[in-house]
Amino acid sequence: MTALPVTLRARRLPGFAPWAIAAGAVAVAYAAVYIGGLMGGGGFLALVAAVLLYLVGLGVIATRVEGSRAARNRIATSLIYSVVALALWPLVSVVWTLVQKGTSRLDADFFGHSNAGITAFDANGGAYHAIIGTLEQVGIATLITVPLGILAAVYIVEYGRGRLATAIRFFVDVMTGIPSIVAGLFVLAFWVYVVYPLYSPDGKPGYSGFAASLALSVLMLPTITRSCEEMLRLVPTALREGSYALGIAKWKTIVRIVLPTALPGIVTGVMLAVARAAGETAPVLLVAGGFDSINTDPFIGNQSSLSIYIYQQAGLGSQFGPPRAWTAALTLVALVLSLTIVAKLLARRSKLK
Amino acid sequence: MAKRIEAVGVTAYYGQFKAIENITMTIEPRSVTALIGPSGCGKSTFLRSVNRMHEVLPGARVEGRLTMDGQDIYDRAVDVTAVRRSIGMVFQRPNPFPTMSIYDNVVAGLRLNGLRKKSSLDDACEKALKNANLWDEVKNRLNKPGAGLSGGQQQRLCIARTIAVEPQVVLMDEPCSALDPISTGAIEDLIFELKNDYTIIIVTHNMQQAARVSDRTAFFSISQTGDPGRLIEYDITSKIFTNPGEKRTEDYITGRFG
Amino acid sequence: MNPPTLPGSTQSAEPPDETVRPSGSAGGVPPRIVNHRANGRDTNVILGRRRRFGAEPVFRWLTTGSGLAVLLIIVAIGFFLVAKAIPALRANDANFFTYADWFPDDTENPRFGIRAVALGTVLTSFIALLVAVPIALGIALCLSHYAPKRVASTFGFVIDLLAAVPSIVFGLWGRDYFIDPVKSLSAWLHTYFGWIPLFGSDGPYGKSILLGSLVLAIMILPIVTSLSREVFRQTPTMNEEAALALGATKWEMIRTAVLPYGRPGILASVMLGLGRALGETIALAMTLGANYLVTFDIVGNSGNSIAANIANRFGEAGDLGRGALIASGLVLFAITLVVNVSARIIIYRRREFREAAV
Repeated sequence: MTALPVTLRARRLPGFAPWAIAAGAVAVAYAAVYIGGLMGGGGFLALVAAVLLYLVGLGVIATRVEGSRAARNRIATSLIYSVVALALWPLVSVVWTLVQKGTSRLDADFFGHSNAGITAFDANGGAYHAIIGTLEQVGIATLITVPLGILAAVYIVEYGRGRLATAIRFFVDVMTGIPSIVAGLFVLAFWVYVVYPLYSPDGKPGYSGFAASLALSVLMLPTITRSCEEMLRLVPTALREGSYALGIAKWKTIVRIVLPTALPGIVTGVMLAVARAAGETAPVLLVAGGFDSINTDPFIGNQSSLSIYIYQQAGLGSQFGPPRAWTAALTLVALVLSLTIVAKLLARRSKLK
Repeated sequence: MAKRIEAVGVTAYYGQFKAIENITMTIEPRSVTALIGPSGCGKSTFLRSVNRMHEVLPGARVEGRLTMDGQDIYDRAVDVTAVRRSIGMVFQRPNPFPTMSIYDNVVAGLRLNGLRKKSSLDDACEKALKNANLWDEVKNRLNKPGAGLSGGQQQRLCIARTIAVEPQVVLMDEPCSALDPISTGAIEDLIFELKNDYTIIIVTHNMQQAARVSDRTAFFSISQTGDPGRLIEYDITSKIFTNPGEKRTEDYITGRFG
Repeated sequence: MNPPTLPGSTQSAEPPDETVRPSGSAGGVPPRIVNHRANGRDTNVILGRRRRFGAEPVFRWLTTGSGLAVLLIIVAIGFFLVAKAIPALRANDANFFTYADWFPDDTENPRFGIRAVALGTVLTSFIALLVAVPIALGIALCLSHYAPKRVASTFGFVIDLLAAVPSIVFGLWGRDYFIDPVKSLSAWLHTYFGWIPLFGSDGPYGKSILLGSLVLAIMILPIVTSLSREVFRQTPTMNEEAALALGATKWEMIRTAVLPYGRPGILASVMLGLGRALGETIALAMTLGANYLVTFDIVGNSGNSIAANIANRFGEAGDLGRGALIASGLVLFAITLVVNVSARIIIYRRREFREAAV
């Protein structure tokens, strides 16, 4: 026979108790760690000690007054909020550092000029060429992958039957996981060192913005194909069947009805893929070479991009390189976040989701 | 076991919206009370106020007085988890915990209360399943997932889970609405048996079910959309269904409205 | 099978699409209508001739071609990479898997092995997961069950945005800012816990496995958090209510209804975070010591990963060097493949189970 208590009333910790315990924990931690230098001292350690003391104190006192179940509930809540606070610090720090250091070179000079002729010890220099590079490289990659990806997705969903479609789906899935550096390495070995020299006048390896576009395409194509595929699958079959029943040809159904319905979702997927591509460093570093001057021709010659620029400027040991890197980073983040925010707002509005 | 529930002037809000107003009724121990009325008139809201589930929703609150054998369950010093353990609830759709076996489902409440000894848990599980008329059907597959049973069996499993913690009162929110007629009959028979040990309050849309199963019936209604639900009439079931005192009750019973 | 066109119509005379109102549904395939009229008239005239070279077949070719192109591209990439890796592997004098150093372009004695870089990849990802996952779960739980709706929604949106921030920004932050707190941390760990081999090095501290792993942890935190938060939010409300109705406290309700239900989803999101950590290049290139020491000392000035190694070495790599880097890249690809596929299997299996349970 189970004998469980039937009283409804229970002792409760008064409302001020958690605050009192917190104050006590802070005081003890401060005294012992910060002032007393326990275990090395320091502000951060004192904070950690305070949190730990608070949790232990709360647990002990709550168990005595309210019982172990209620105490565990309180500790869980406090622990969860502490964890959130702990995580906030680095995330806020990243954002704060980005804004603080990034505004150091936020001048017209930076956006209007390239880095031609600027050494590590020059205070000037800008990222104009890098911005052009990023825009061109990502732009070309988008032009390549979007039509190809959408059409391939249309094939998989609307026309594909049997082995071929399954094979395509499988390999697309596999490719979504390719590490970006491996994609860069592929374009390096294939295009830059083998294909381009075959056709170029001087046979030198073909670092170029276009090579970077190829690398980005390798990364974007599987993502765009998959997300288009998912969006197309979300379009209700009834929509297609209604169209067929009216005697409209399949291709026209797809082009005039299915694709427009899936369009917001497709656009979202494309924008997210573009945002990711704009931020990629490793693959473009490998094949675009990086270049200090403006090169508006993506097909010939080294080109820079925002991410390469950041990496290179950050690597300069002087006091002028890093500020350029940070401002470029701020620019890049602004670009990527704008795309991402618009994509997410669009996704929220989309009816299919 | 089996306590008396007394409601005096109970009013419940969802934020600013008043859902029920001034409900006053006494529910006798070891009886079955049915709450009937058209959709949206606050029967479920009132039911959820009794075991303090209403306040789980953000912005929801209850005013008035609700007591169980004289103890005010909304008193500040009261531990809400103790209230909910004493007043159990069976929901509209069967909801066994999907990741748990039948055995784990039944003893879930007991484990939460700190009961760990395997033999005690085994005994309690068997007792609860027998009382829920499910023991024979599942005794050989207690460690199979709870979600693998049929709808009617799942609901009886939920009832077993509820009575395993030995509550005083059992609340049922349209427990048969998702079930087929045969399972419904099985559950109604079960309610008849449980009446001997528990106070049962059941919300139902099915008037015939209320007539079959309950000792007393309470009729809730609203005057127009947006108004709070009110208790129109509360009396012995046979009287409500054969000779109701209020015209609105009669209109509802005879199908003229609702 | 093409749906029949109206009798005697040409392509341009088809009913205008703007007035189309899809209604009702037939089967999945456009119906085949057979004309049974017995008056001898040519059925083609009634139903319209099926075109060979009209828009429909062209469009179908186009899409099939794209699908094939995608397939060919992917397969070609695979073949090319393997083809490039093999000569380097053949020329390798050392054992690819157990040798730790990297000299593939040494013409007399090319030798390279992934022992150091593979260990670094696995170690940094493992530590990153160890740090990030509990925190991510805590944040996810807070957003789904503890914080007020408005706060949770804004915070969740911000976390989603953080997941989109390019990794070079984290690498930059790690190298310019975070390196100092980590230096103090390393010194502290060595002072008080130096007897554990993990913290054995006594400085000077700078780039290290610890720094790289922590930066990696901060990078994968947003994505694991948002995925887990979605999982927690999807817990069926009725199970949560059932737990509460049994007299559970909030934490007990979470332990009983939310966490068990979400376990597969959490596992999947952890694996996706792991996948991202394994493939991360630039943040690690900027924060690891980049040598080929095989060590578990995480505070010392060492550490390397397959991806960072590729980024650091590609510039000076000759033909064999590139092949060696590709070989290591393929190993990395294989590892991430296994991780991603497992995550997908878990999600897939879970969806079925969940659908069956409801």
